[in-house]
Amino acid sequence: MQWETVIGLEVHVQLATRSKIFSGASTAFGAEPNTQACAVDLGLPGVLPVLNEQAVAMAVQFGLAIHAEIPEVSVFDRKNYFYPDLPKGYQTSQMYHPIVGAGEVEISLEDGTTKRIRVHHAHLEEDAGKSLHEDFHGMTGVDLNRAGTPLLEIVSEPDLRSAKEAAAYLKAIHSIVTYLGISDGNMAEGSMRCDVNVSVRPSGQEAFGTRAEIKNVNSFRFVERAIAFEVERQIELIEDGGQVVQETRLFDPERDETRSMRTKEEANDYRYFPCPDLLPVVLDQAYVDHLRDNLPELPADKRTRFETELGLSAYDASVLSATREMADFFEEVKDVCGDAKQAANWVQGELAGALNREGLSITDSPVSAHQLGELVGRVIDDTINGKAAKQVFQALWNGQGASADEVIEAKGLKQVTDSGAIEAMIDQVIADSPAQVAQYRDAEPEKRGKMIGYFVGQVMKASRGTANPQQVNALLKEKLDALC
Amino acid sequence: MALEHADVQRAAHLARLGLNDDDAARYVDDLGRILEMVDQLQALDTEGVAPLAHPLDATQRLRADEVTETDQRERFQHCAPAVENGLYLVPRVVE
Amino acid sequence: MHDKTLAELARGLDAGEFSSRELTQHLLGRIDRLDGELNSFITVTFDQALAEAEAADAARAKGDAGPLTGLPLALKDIFCTRDVKTSCGSKMLDSFVSPYDATVVERLKAAGTVSLGKTNMDEFAMGSSNENSFFGPVKNPWDLAAVPGGSSGGSAAAVAAGLVPAAMGTDTGGSIRQPAAFCGITGLKPTYGRVSRYGMIAYASSLDQAGPMARSAEDCALLLGAIAGHDLRDSTSVARGVPDYLAELNAPLSGLKIGLPREYFGDGLDPEVEAATRAAIQAFETLGATVREVSLPHTHYAIPAYYVIAPAEASSNLSRYDGVRFGHRCDNPADLIDLYKRSRAEGFGDEVKRRILIGTHTLSEGFFDAYYKKAQQVRRLIRQDFLDAFEEVDVLMGPASPTPAFDLGANKDPVSMYLQDIYTIAVNLAGIPGISVPAGFVGNRPLGLQILGTHFAEAQLLNVAHQFQQATDWHRRRPAFAEETA
Repeated sequence: MQWETVIGLEVHVQLATRSKIFSGASTAFGAEPNTQACAVDLGLPGVLPVLNEQAVAMAVQFGLAIHAEIPEVSVFDRKNYFYPDLPKGYQTSQMYHPIVGAGEVEISLEDGTTKRIRVHHAHLEEDAGKSLHEDFHGMTGVDLNRAGTPLLEIVSEPDLRSAKEAAAYLKAIHSIVTYLGISDGNMAEGSMRCDVNVSVRPSGQEAFGTRAEIKNVNSFRFVERAIAFEVERQIELIEDGGQVVQETRLFDPERDETRSMRTKEEANDYRYFPCPDLLPVVLDQAYVDHLRDNLPELPADKRTRFETELGLSAYDASVLSATREMADFFEEVKDVCGDAKQAANWVQGELAGALNREGLSITDSPVSAHQLGELVGRVIDDTINGKAAKQVFQALWNGQGASADEVIEAKGLKQVTDSGAIEAMIDQVIADSPAQVAQYRDAEPEKRGKMIGYFVGQVMKASRGTANPQQVNALLKEKLDALC
Repeated sequence: MALEHADVQRAAHLARLGLNDDDAARYVDDLGRILEMVDQLQALDTEGVAPLAHPLDATQRLRADEVTETDQRERFQHCAPAVENGLYLVPRVVE
Repeated sequence: MHDKTLAELARGLDAGEFSSRELTQHLLGRIDRLDGELNSFITVTFDQALAEAEAADAARAKGDAGPLTGLPLALKDIFCTRDVKTSCGSKMLDSFVSPYDATVVERLKAAGTVSLGKTNMDEFAMGSSNENSFFGPVKNPWDLAAVPGGSSGGSAAAVAAGLVPAAMGTDTGGSIRQPAAFCGITGLKPTYGRVSRYGMIAYASSLDQAGPMARSAEDCALLLGAIAGHDLRDSTSVARGVPDYLAELNAPLSGLKIGLPREYFGDGLDPEVEAATRAAIQAFETLGATVREVSLPHTHYAIPAYYVIAPAEASSNLSRYDGVRFGHRCDNPADLIDLYKRSRAEGFGDEVKRRILIGTHTLSEGFFDAYYKKAQQVRRLIRQDFLDAFEEVDVLMGPASPTPAFDLGANKDPVSMYLQDIYTIAVNLAGIPGISVPAGFVGNRPLGLQILGTHFAEAQLLNVAHQFQQATDWHRRRPAFAEETA
């Protein structure tokens, strides 16, 4: 039987505010335990929450970026449950009136097509603290520094149909939030986590299958792997005559499998009700318009502009617009060198290769966008040839020189375009290669094209790579043919 | 809406209140009578009436995104029942 | 000194008749001698009080005294006080020393007042008799067999007994007004949002409001001026200017339109209370006010609606008491669930548990609409009743409680206890202000006249109450308890 996979994602994005959503404590990552948990975060008796305006602005910016409706009124609710990392015994969240309504996110698929994924809503809530299970003589230690960090939970419709689509969606969300600057998107530090709802159904069937929820998956790769495993598990289960149970599962990256979380003896009953300590948040149209007018260019718009205005291929446009850092880097290279296609080739070719080899991200590139732009500019204006350019790039990468021009000068890589000098080198090579010249002369004219390579190589070698290869080619052909 | 023993036990569990059977029996009785009193609400027609969560029709004021709090861990943990290395200790949580 | 009002004591301090330190010492001595019997204080801050009094005297000597400088008062033990135990009347917080001051406490300190300590109360402010305190019941100084009312029973009893001239209370369903009535003092519940709730331990967040309890409306005006106003730390506090409450006190009442809610004079009202209340209201007519009957048709639904909303909010507000970061923790918990269940079972008293259970049940799946949503709809109707009435009249008047103070131990049944708050509870649901002023006696037990105004009408309520107190002397009566042992 053919099976179709149905996936919905709940993505939790930590918003990059300085202070917490309801208190003035810092949100900085990595502080000593509980040193950034203030009276409000600890839920001390008598404390009260006050909403951070930046968290609201960031949520609205996200909503605008996904073309969602922004309701005039949103309301905070309490989600009640007991857990040591939840100091008040409830999480302040938005159940019934979220700050961001329905919207959609465009994802790019590997075949170059795009697909629109509907977002059901996005709501603001507070993060919980962390439980540490090691080294406390069988006790668990609780660090509440993270408690109260603002989270935007983005809930998709079940529109995703494969692990790859889910990963692409997650990447699209990542790219939107980092473009907006509303999150650092650092998945290793937990700035973005997601819960994945997965079900399968026979192809063509309308009704959804029973879904399992995989909690807290925190990397693009894990999302793909977790879904791949889970889909296979569900299909096998059904094909063996079993039934999928609606449950929460955990992904274990080490064993590459999902596992059922021990189901508690009772179903959760969160007893949501409007938080009486917070009033309805009312956003006036002027405020929303102001945020809309000040949105940065978003990945999808950028991708379109790269394709239509800069003439890049769909693939190049999509790769280069994937992150704001990448796009900014590319655009600077392009602006400095003046040629978008060359800039794209260099950023995706030489630079991406080097970054990959060293496991660096674009923001850590030893060659700055400006340096690369100048280098590409020197190729375009024929100061150096492609081969020399690679040497210059390597030198800049290794820190041997502050600019392309400096390296070119120091290494004497300036391209020789003086035809007199090139002719002299050619004459020398011809004089030194009587056997090859004889072969050339004796060959059928249509085979001579291939044989010229030997002479080009010798001339380039003689010029230490600085001769203009096109010029060498043309002159060689002229001179050799004259000998025939 | 009548209240059963199981309702009280369920609420007690959700609220993490330990109740022995005697307590539970007493609460079934007390809560039953309270709910009976509360059930008078059902007699009132509230069709179309918007719920009122706050007595004033006020809206949420927003705070500037500024770090105003400094570390007071020692002071806050002074009244904590069990701490070690700055962490609050609880019986092991099994995940 | 111990039977004077704050205004009188302020004049004494100004005139140099006594120092704040002398006054404070005198009152601390009375507390020491009398409160063993009364049990109105949970914590008496002797050393801190004397230090504050000395600081106040020093400020006065330098000419830095404000209207409240050096005046002693007490705080209901629901207000967080830095470095002082803040128990909320509960075993749960018996060991809790607050690391911070509530906004109300900060403002009173800034005004130069001297806190003598923390007063007894029903646990987490849940109760109408002060019998629900972990620290034992408080007695009514007018009759030691009677309750002082609740939940601010300790504050009311301490003021009535001459242990302190004024005290702060909180009122969620009548917890300032009913004990003020039972103890023959003046108690004001301001408009919801008028006084910051920051640092006031929450019972039911959308109903809780702090207010003064004192020997006169004038004293309440003095204190309200000090504690009212916007607080950036409380989202529900209102950004609205604070009027000079003293300035309006002497406005004449001629032309004042008084409404008597028909529903506040019906079944269940003790006839003697009714007679005394009607007599008190007649005094206003002689002051030039007119009286007419009005209706608050949904009055009957106020207690049912309250006992959905307040326990629901409380069940959530009290979840933070889990034995992890502060408060009572059981010995040797076997596991996490055991830690929670036993700490909370041991730390909370009966009434608190009842309300947590009710609130948890009514919020749980399948019941939310029938209870919580319904109660909030009814809440709107109740508020509308008041708004409609205030279209017709300026203030509403009626008894603060259907009976005078009842005997300790008399009300064993929770529901009949809840029904005691019939005249006070709707006020919290609507968020309007109310004041209870002494207005007579049944036997030796005082009665309170409740005066209600529309949102933010505190100045008017204080004016009306003050004019009544200029014309009557009920508020000047002192219990024998305060005198004979003094």
